[in-house]
Amino acid sequence: MYMRNMIVELGHFALILAFGTALLQTVVPLVGAQKGWRGWMEMATPAATAQFLLIAFAFGAVSWAFLTSDFSVLLVYENSHSAKPWLYKLTGVWGNHEGSMLLWVLILSAFGAAAAMFGTNLPLPLKARVLAVQASIGVAFLAFILFTSNPFLRIEVPPMDGRDLNPLLQDPGLAFHPPFLYLGYVGLSMSFSFAVAALIEGRVDAAWARWVRPWTLAAWMFLTVGIALGSWWAYYELGWGGFWFWDPVENASFMPWLLAAALLHSAIVVEKRESLKSWTVLLAILAFGFSLLGTFIVRSGVITSVHAFAMDPARGVAILIVLALFVGGALTLFAARATALEAKGVFGMVSREAALVLNNILLAVAAFVVFVGTIWPLVAQMLLGRVLSVGAPFFEAAFTPFMVVLAIVLPVGSLLAWKRGDLTRSLRALLPALILAFALAALAWTVGTGRSILAPVGTALGVWIIAGAAVDLWQRTGTSGASRLLRLPRADWGKAISHAGLGVTILGISLLMAWQEEDIRTAALGESFQVGAYELTLNSVDEVPGPNYRSLMADVTVTRDGAQVARLHPEKRFYPVAAMPTTEAAIQNGVLRDIYVVIGDAQEGGGYAVRTYIKPFANWIWGGAILMALGGLMSLSDRRLRVAAGAARLSRAAVAAE
Amino acid sequence: MRALLFALLLWPTALLAVEPDEVLSDPGLEARAREISTGLRCPVCRNESIDESHAQVARDIRLLVRERLEAGDSDNQVQAAVVARYGEYVLLRPTAEGANLLLWLAGPAMLVAGLGIGWAVVRGRSRGPEPESLTADEKARLEDLLRH
Repeated sequence: MYMRNMIVELGHFALILAFGTALLQTVVPLVGAQKGWRGWMEMATPAATAQFLLIAFAFGAVSWAFLTSDFSVLLVYENSHSAKPWLYKLTGVWGNHEGSMLLWVLILSAFGAAAAMFGTNLPLPLKARVLAVQASIGVAFLAFILFTSNPFLRIEVPPMDGRDLNPLLQDPGLAFHPPFLYLGYVGLSMSFSFAVAALIEGRVDAAWARWVRPWTLAAWMFLTVGIALGSWWAYYELGWGGFWFWDPVENASFMPWLLAAALLHSAIVVEKRESLKSWTVLLAILAFGFSLLGTFIVRSGVITSVHAFAMDPARGVAILIVLALFVGGALTLFAARATALEAKGVFGMVSREAALVLNNILLAVAAFVVFVGTIWPLVAQMLLGRVLSVGAPFFEAAFTPFMVVLAIVLPVGSLLAWKRGDLTRSLRALLPALILAFALAALAWTVGTGRSILAPVGTALGVWIIAGAAVDLWQRTGTSGASRLLRLPRADWGKAISHAGLGVTILGISLLMAWQEEDIRTAALGESFQVGAYELTLNSVDEVPGPNYRSLMADVTVTRDGAQVARLHPEKRFYPVAAMPTTEAAIQNGVLRDIYVVIGDAQEGGGYAVRTYIKPFANWIWGGAILMALGGLMSLSDRRLRVAAGAARLSRAAVAAE
Repeated sequence: MRALLFALLLWPTALLAVEPDEVLSDPGLEARAREISTGLRCPVCRNESIDESHAQVARDIRLLVRERLEAGDSDNQVQAAVVARYGEYVLLRPTAEGANLLLWLAGPAMLVAGLGIGWAVVRGRSRGPEPESLTADEKARLEDLLRH
C-alpha cells in the first residue's frame, strides 16, 4: 500500500521537476545561442532527455494508478472501474481531460528528446534554439497541468469502486485514436520550433527545410492515422455507419492536417529550389497554431457548448492565453524578420513550383473554410446574438469544391518539371489516365441506379489521381522501363503511394455516399427479408453477459442467391455502472461492399427493429488513408538517409570553413 | 479527439434513429422526408441531424416533417414550419442571407485573394533577378565601349 502511494506522489514530484527542467531548457540555450556560449547551448540536449524521462515517469505513475485501480486518486475514481478489462484501464489514462493533457506533454517532450538525439548534425545554435522553443511550449503546458488539471489529486477517503470510463471509449479503435492524433498535433510543434528558431537566426535555407520536412512528414502521418482511426470508429460504433460529421472536434484535427499537407509541399520547394521561404515559415507557425486551437476547442468545450465553457472557464482561458502568446509571438517575430528570408530560385508560371503554390493556396483556403465554419456559430452568438448551426451540409457545399479542383490539378502538377514545365507534354503523358478516368466514370454512371452525379464525378477524380500517380512513377523510370521501377528512390514511391491513397479515399467517399442502400424494418424472429442483392434472416435474439456489461445479441444470417455470405451478431449493450447503452453494429467487411446490421429495441407488436445497410466501397476510405500514411513512411525512410547525408556534408563544410 | 468525456456526455448512444413505425408508405415522400431530415439538427444533440438521432425531440420533428409532407407541403415549406417552431438553430445549412453571407463568402473571397497573391508571387519569381541582364547604365557603357 505504501509503495503504491509513493509511486503516485513520486510521479507528481517528477512532473514538477520536469517543469523546472523545461524552464531551464527554455532560458539557458537561448541565452547561450545569443551570446555564442557553447556550454550553455549544449545544455539543451541533456535537458531535453531529462525532461522527457521525468514526464514519462509521471505518466507511468498515473498509468500505474489506473492499472492497479487506485481509487484514492480522484482521476482514477472518476474514470475507471475495477471490473474493466486491463486494456481499457490503461487507455482510460487518456480518456479524460487531465490524463490526455499529460499525454500531450509526454509526446511534446518525446519529440524534443528525439530532436536532441537525432539532431547531431544540426548546427549547435540552431539546435539550441529549436530545443529551447520546444521547451517553452512544454513550460506552458506543464504549468497548465500542474495548476489547472492536476492528475495526481487524491481523495481523502478512497471510494470502494470507480465511476467507469464512458462505454463508448471502451473500444480498440478509440483507445488508440487519441495517441495518434496527439502525435500528429504535437509533432507539428517541431516544425513550429524550427520555424521560430529560423526566424530568431534570420536564416532559412535548403538545409533547414531538409531538417523540418521529416518532422512535418511524421506529424502528418500520425494525424492521418489518427483521423482515420476516429472516422473508422465512428463508422462501426455509432450505429449508422457515418464516417465523418464535420463536428467541431473533428474539424479541430482536420485543419492542422490540411495545413501540414500544405507545409509538406511547400517545404519541398524550399529544399529543392530555395523559394517560398517566408510562406513556409508562416505555414509552420499556422499549422501548429491550428493544433493549439484544436486543443483549445476540444479542451475548453467552447464551441460544442458555450455553457460548458462558462462552467469552467479557467482551463479554456489558460489555453487561449497560451495560444495567443505562442502564435502571436511567432507571428510578430515573423513580421519583423520575414523580409530577411530572401528567395533565390527563379521559376516560370508553368512549373512544379507554381503548381505547388496552387496546391498550397487550395489547401490553405480549404482549411480556412473549415475554420470559418467551425467558429461561425460562436461568432454569430457573441456578436449577433443569433443561435445558429453550421453542419455537414454547409461544409459539403463549401469545402468540397476545393478538393475537386485539387484533385483535377494534382496529377498535372506533380508531373511538371521544376523551373519551367511543359504543360502539353505533361498532359500528353497523362492521356491514358484521363481516358481511364472517363471510361470508369461512364461505367459508374451506367451501373448507378439513382443517377446521381456524385458517383461518376468521384470515380473520375479518384481514378484520375490513382492512374496519374502510376504515370508519374512510370515517367520517372525514363526510357529504361520497368526494371528501373523498383530502383527508384523511395521518396518517389512515397509520393506516388500517398497521392494514390488520396484517390482511393475520394473513390470510397463518393461511391459510398452515392450508392448506399438502407433498410429499416420490424423483423419477427425467423423472418427473412431482402436488402439489395442479399437476403437476411433474423434467427434469434438472446441476452448474453459481458465482463462489465449486459448484451442483447441477435443472430442474423445473410445469404445471396441461396448461398450463405455471413452470419452476423449485432448487439445492444448496457453498461450498468455508467448507466449507458451502446450499439454494436455487426459488419461483414468486403472489398466492394460492407453489410452493416444494427439491432434495435423489441417492438410492441412483437419482433425487433432491424436496420440494414449495404455500404459500397466503405473500406476504401480508410484504406486510402492507410496508403497516404504508408507513402509518408516510405518517403520518410528515404528522407532520413538523405537528411543524414546532406547534413553530414554540410557540417563537414562548416568545419572546413572554420 | 472524440476522446473526451465532456463531449461524449452529449454524444448520442445511437440506437435506432428512424424507427420502423415512422416510415411513410409512399417511398417518394419518405425519400423526401429523409432528405429534409439530414438538413435539420436535433436541438438537444451534439451536431446530429434528426435523421441520425434517437432523441425524443428528433423523433417529434421527424414526425412533424412527415406530417407536413403528407399534407402536401413543399420541401421549403416543411423546413420553414420546423424553423418556425424550433428556431434557426435547427438548420444545419445556414441561410445565405444577411450576416451569414460572410460565412458563405469567406472561402471564395479568400480563394480570390490567395490566387491573386499567388499569381503575383509566381510572376515575380518568373521574371526574377536575371543576372545576365544589364542595367540601363551598363547598357549605355557597353554601347559606348562598342562604338570605339
